[in-house]
Amino acid sequence: MMKVGVVVFPGSNCDRDMHHVLSDVFNLDAQYYWHEKSLPKSIDAVILPGGFSYGDRLRAGVIAAHSPIIKDIQKMAQKGTPILGVCNGFQILVEAGLLPGVLLKNESLNFMCEWTNLIVENNTTPFTNQFKLHDKIPIPIANGEGRYYADDDMLKKLKKKNQIVFRYDKVINGSSDRIAGVCNEDGNVVGMMPHPERAVESEINPVDNKPSSIIFESLLTKIGVHN
Amino acid sequence: MSLEPQELSDLKSKIGREPTSTELQIIAAEWSEHCSYKSSKKHLKMLPMTGPLVIKEKGYDSGVLDVGDGYVVTAHIESHNHPSAVEPYGGAATGVGGVIRDILSAGTRPIAIFDGLRFGNIEKDQHARWLFKNAVTGVADYGNCLGIPTIGGEVEFDDCYQNYALVDVAAIGFGKKESLIKNHVKKGDLVVLLGGSTGRDGIGGSQFASDSLESEDRSAVQIPDPFIEKLIIEAILEARNQKLIHAMKDLGGGGLSCAVSETADALDVGIEMDVEKVHTRESDMHPDEIMISESQERMLVITSKTKLKKLQAICKKFHIGCSVIGHVKSDNQMHVKKGKETFANLPTDVVANATLLDLPSKKPPYLETIEKERKLKPITDYSKLMIKLFASPNIASKIWVYGQYDHEVGIRTVTKPGHDASVLRLDNGKYLSAKIDGNPKHCYINPREGAIGCFEEACRNVVCTGAKPIGMLDHLQFGSPKDPEIFWTFLESLKGLTDFAKFFEIPCVGGKVSLYNETPAGPIKPTPIIGVLGLIDKKPSVPQKILNNDCLVIIGDTKDELGGSEYFEYVHKFIGGKCPVVDFEDSKKNMFSVLKVIGDRLVKSVHDCSKGGLAIAVSEICMTNNIGCKVHLDAVPGEKLPVDRILFSESHSRYLLALERKNLKRLENILKKNRVSFKEIGEFGGDKIQFVDSAKSIVDLSVERSQKIWLNSLKNLVLHS
Repeated sequence: MMKVGVVVFPGSNCDRDMHHVLSDVFNLDAQYYWHEKSLPKSIDAVILPGGFSYGDRLRAGVIAAHSPIIKDIQKMAQKGTPILGVCNGFQILVEAGLLPGVLLKNESLNFMCEWTNLIVENNTTPFTNQFKLHDKIPIPIANGEGRYYADDDMLKKLKKKNQIVFRYDKVINGSSDRIAGVCNEDGNVVGMMPHPERAVESEINPVDNKPSSIIFESLLTKIGVHN
Repeated sequence: MSLEPQELSDLKSKIGREPTSTELQIIAAEWSEHCSYKSSKKHLKMLPMTGPLVIKEKGYDSGVLDVGDGYVVTAHIESHNHPSAVEPYGGAATGVGGVIRDILSAGTRPIAIFDGLRFGNIEKDQHARWLFKNAVTGVADYGNCLGIPTIGGEVEFDDCYQNYALVDVAAIGFGKKESLIKNHVKKGDLVVLLGGSTGRDGIGGSQFASDSLESEDRSAVQIPDPFIEKLIIEAILEARNQKLIHAMKDLGGGGLSCAVSETADALDVGIEMDVEKVHTRESDMHPDEIMISESQERMLVITSKTKLKKLQAICKKFHIGCSVIGHVKSDNQMHVKKGKETFANLPTDVVANATLLDLPSKKPPYLETIEKERKLKPITDYSKLMIKLFASPNIASKIWVYGQYDHEVGIRTVTKPGHDASVLRLDNGKYLSAKIDGNPKHCYINPREGAIGCFEEACRNVVCTGAKPIGMLDHLQFGSPKDPEIFWTFLESLKGLTDFAKFFEIPCVGGKVSLYNETPAGPIKPTPIIGVLGLIDKKPSVPQKILNNDCLVIIGDTKDELGGSEYFEYVHKFIGGKCPVVDFEDSKKNMFSVLKVIGDRLVKSVHDCSKGGLAIAVSEICMTNNIGCKVHLDAVPGEKLPVDRILFSESHSRYLLALERKNLKRLENILKKNRVSFKEIGEFGGDKIQFVDSAKSIVDLSVERSQKIWLNSLKNLVLHS
């Protein structure tokens, strides 16, 4: 059975939601890993869930990026293990230098919780390989520091190396080029601000739960090939 | 310090000596109105508090309801009015923190937050806007950081809250019945203070909240730290899972004084404690200060010597403070020491039980004339008037508020904010629906009927989701109880709520009284807030998308009772007239008929008719469903009334049902059989909100234009005016 690690930092608050989706919806062997522990080598994928690690002090994700477990995550990233950061998890991956860019306060300066649409811009990552390019995903966001920023040079590079994974279908928070998710150059580390774990069950998804499920199904496919 | 001379002499005669300064501080905190309910306690007993689902255990800070299959729901409501009026961000945030710890102390995980916010006139008053904006941010920052969804609430503006703020927070918890903390302790058990450090913030906060704001004591406002609270939640739940907690209480108003004395009194034991063992954030704190500090994010846990190590290991994992400050004795004394020196040694029943008051009450004279109506200016353009109402702060969509709250985290939110009531899924396959409601405009005109109306409105909202009400929370907010006229309004509201609760067999599972809510211009209007919890046994079938040719049916009579309505107060600037009165029999019939037709899956969506009346309720359906509707005012059941009264009456017990035409006959048969007053009054379709009287057009508005104004006006008011 495929093993997925859910990393828990002090202040993570979407860890249980992610664990539920991985184990109860997609029948994966999901395990929590406290930020001071190390990750076993046998793990197939790592997910950094959302929340407010260290209460978002200093800047979202910056303190958690110095946790002991990050060293293991860096090693796994190099090895090509699929790693997904959602919301605060994305912020942590950026602060840890595993993903390019920065995340700034939303243009409204407010926390924003609403349903929006993503457009798939790269369907070659472990989390998007079952999508068709430009597929639309109805999904909720919930963040205060969700405005992705990259300067012009970096934007050019991101486009060239196909590192933009998701865009919003309209301008919602002032993100550079409407970017909602990016990946590293190798494509195995993906970060996204919206919450797929809140969108895969029809009961709580007012629009359509199938598209966001494909994020997890992509992972299953990727690992299935490996096995 | 707020001890009355009479109370001081009571204390002396009870203990037979002069109290020490620490004892005086402890007593002043614990005997404050905020902690002791001394003015209201005798009367609160009238509310029904038991029922087949209610689980009672000594020392619980929240109500517990059995929702079947071995699971329980806990609920509580609190306010943080005085602090929020001074420092709205911190006041609102710590208000959330306090009620969350009440839920936690029963051993349940908090799963939802509701907020009720009230301020002065934000159209005219910049200070009111500042209070509003910062209170919302306070709730958002605290709740979002905890990862507990804020899934519902209400916001209201009224001149009576000028320079003031009412911030009510309700919370819901969920857990296994077997994991509930039993609150059984033994002699020799250890008393542990867990969580944030104790500082000088919030010194004497409960006394501050038991007086009018005239002598603003700003140091009494507490400082929020949601990150510590999140760690405490996880640490406590881990300790609960390992069965390390014998008893638990949160530190709220009155700080350690209150938590220690109330725990000892409720559990019929004594507690000896040493202030030197308390982890403080300042080095030179006096025992008096340590005992009454209301520093946030602290829990009192009683455990045994053998379990202490495990508890300490959990606290170490989360890097939170954990001090053994004392132990349980059998002498029923609260003994406070610093090292070897005694600073207080009082019988716990003396500390925890203030002398209750029997305050006089007298009907306020204004009530004799308030129901008389004045001649109103005729309305020439109802479409224009509707636009004005869509933009008015009380009717405008509150999306600017709940859009800042994470209402999805926890992945339970089936019905999201912006509907009548929010619905959460529970682990046993059932669904919980909840709503809080208040209406000070109605309550000012008739404290009894107004309070009943709030209760019925909260029930209606829950019923609209298909849920049967199973419990209520009340929060009674009034001015100074020492004014007999205010105390009369308090008693009237309470009696009304009691009558309704008994008639519908809805037990009160939790509540709070907040008195001394006075502004420089006088007391606030009576503001009872009622929260109602409802249970749905199977997956909710409403709301579904409304489509062209679906029909609109109204249940319930529209009556000539516009006192306290938005139409009278906002449009005509008139406070007066008869406020809506709930007919208990009709209310019950209508409620059960709505539940029946939802259960039979005959309707697509149900919406209650409340603030702004039929005109606003229909418009809300159109705006949220992106569809037009043509409504025939001459078909609306009830007495024959002029069109403005049909449009804007806020009569209770009314529901708007949207359904496919093919289900109309079956629906009518059920409603006829139940002898419910109802009528098909309109049909959905097109892109216009239309009201006609016979053939005459009264209102004709584009849905898109209405939506734009309704959705954006509150944000524009706060940010750009």
